[in-house]
Amino acid sequence: MTRFITSSFSHLILLIGILIMVVPVWMIFASSTHTSSMINMNGLQMFLGDSFYENYLRVLLYQGGFFKEITALKMFFNSFIMATGVAILSVVTSLMAAYALVYYRIKHATLLFWIIFITILVPLELRIFPTYSVMAELNLVNSYFGLIVPISASAIATLFFRQFYKTVPDELLESAKLDGANTWRFFIDFLIPLSKTMIVAMLIFMFVFGYNQYLWPLLVTTSEQYWTVVMGLKMMSGSIVHRFAFVMMSMVPPILIIILLQKHFIKGVFQDK
Amino acid sequence: MSFLDLKNVTKIYPNGTKAVHETSLSIDEGEFMVFVGPSGCGKSTLLRMVAGLEDITEGDINLDGKLMNEVDPSERDVAMVFQNYALYPHMNVYNNLAYGLKNRGIDKETIEQKVNDAAKLLQISDYLQRKPSMLSGGQRQRVAMGRAIVRNPKIFLFDEPLSNLDAKLRIQMRLEIKKLQQKVGVTSIFVTHDQVEAMTLADRLAVINNGIIEQLGTPIEIYDNPKSLFVAGFIGSPQMNFLDGNLKNKTLSAEGFEIKDINSDFEGEVTLGIRPEHLSQSENALISLKVELVEQLGSDNLVYGQLKNKKDFCYRCPGNQTIEKGSNLSLNIENNKYYIFDKSTGKRVN
Repeated sequence: MTRFITSSFSHLILLIGILIMVVPVWMIFASSTHTSSMINMNGLQMFLGDSFYENYLRVLLYQGGFFKEITALKMFFNSFIMATGVAILSVVTSLMAAYALVYYRIKHATLLFWIIFITILVPLELRIFPTYSVMAELNLVNSYFGLIVPISASAIATLFFRQFYKTVPDELLESAKLDGANTWRFFIDFLIPLSKTMIVAMLIFMFVFGYNQYLWPLLVTTSEQYWTVVMGLKMMSGSIVHRFAFVMMSMVPPILIIILLQKHFIKGVFQDK
Repeated sequence: MSFLDLKNVTKIYPNGTKAVHETSLSIDEGEFMVFVGPSGCGKSTLLRMVAGLEDITEGDINLDGKLMNEVDPSERDVAMVFQNYALYPHMNVYNNLAYGLKNRGIDKETIEQKVNDAAKLLQISDYLQRKPSMLSGGQRQRVAMGRAIVRNPKIFLFDEPLSNLDAKLRIQMRLEIKKLQQKVGVTSIFVTHDQVEAMTLADRLAVINNGIIEQLGTPIEIYDNPKSLFVAGFIGSPQMNFLDGNLKNKTLSAEGFEIKDINSDFEGEVTLGIRPEHLSQSENALISLKVELVEQLGSDNLVYGQLKNKKDFCYRCPGNQTIEKGSNLSLNIENNKYYIFDKSTGKRVN
């Protein structure tokens, strides 16, 4: 009986938490399917209206910005390129950095690692002007390269991979060596398949990180052609329902990535057992 | 020159620990050599130097006429079975076996042929598609051996491969390893701290202590004729009984008894060693034992007790004899099978 009460109580708390998180999102979604005048007169709506296609289509194809050069569709494309680029590049670089730190006989490898780790304490905002001037010198302002590369070195991902590699037993490397594998083969044939689960987790994490960037894209792009979704949230003008529709759509890619990759993530976890 | 030749091989770790002292050893082709010794004696280090997983500080290792000192482990053509098997967890059994062959650029059909042959030999054909995590301890052990066999290496190295198995399986796998080695005929080195494993597997045995080979020989030679106190104590189960004594004018005076006409000119403090199985009961014999505990193994009884001077002593007799706790036994040494060691150096003197 006490068990029933405690479990009901914890369920109740969870339900309240879910409601607090979901209701505002639902209200924005419901409101985004009404007409502007309806919202302006009656406030936010709890139930669906009938202007869904009209509003969402308009937002996707509307030529916005100061020079009317950019559509929401193009922004989604830009954000996708940027987030994917950041995710892949940061995972690849941290995999290799961690491999070098753990498996190569580097002098002061631990010290080097801590120096890399300390960069977590230096936020992007602190180095944003020097980084910008480097990009400007290299003529990389207004390019995908400029959007992606400066934020693609991840100390956290390096930390995770390094800690994982340290748990891989030495005998595995020795056994692989006797089987004729060189250091490169060991990396490709062993460490990458073994850290598959962690790679997927890091891909999700870094995709969302890249997708959510605001300040850096704002600084490094002057052409509307390179606007991202998160920038667009601020820049897009339009009526209240169109903004709501844009907000709703901007949430879709990160959620989609999590849903799509989570399958592999869970599969990886179960296979390892 | 023999097949594997170690000449004055020494290993000093960067922190100054000397793990292996100027060890020289020759192993013939097809021979089954066992390194046995307590943990930390340097036996695994020696094995890993043969494999190339440890650098050699001094000395030379020759395999099949070629100097191996600077050869990378992947080029040495040696195969090793590790204590925890070190199977590749993300590959199925087939790929575990095939991986080494793939790296050597062998074509697919030959690989399949070789893997299937090895799997058949080790009776693991049914598990080829399984991952190592789905196998039992004994099956993993077989896969680890399969991975070694399939490459047809110049030499097999076993690093305590049986210590993770339960007692029954260990005995079974011990037999299988021996049979397999005889069938395949590959030169093998087997490292263990278990003297029973060492005795049963070895063609020749190297008893290692503190980085030095104390004695090298066939198991029976070493059992019958231990050259030092350490070897005498390490080989044989239950352990040899040791008694303090004094040797003078070819007469040994030990705790309460004397042995005359000893074949040694040594004089001074000695340790007398008697194996529990080299004793027999008789009237008015040398040693008087007060029985405290009897372990009945069925085939044998192990009788533990104390001598007159409270020294612990063990006697092994056939299992059909009944021995009462608390009784007094009178024991003689059979056929003069006793060993006398210099107490200060541990060297055999008779």
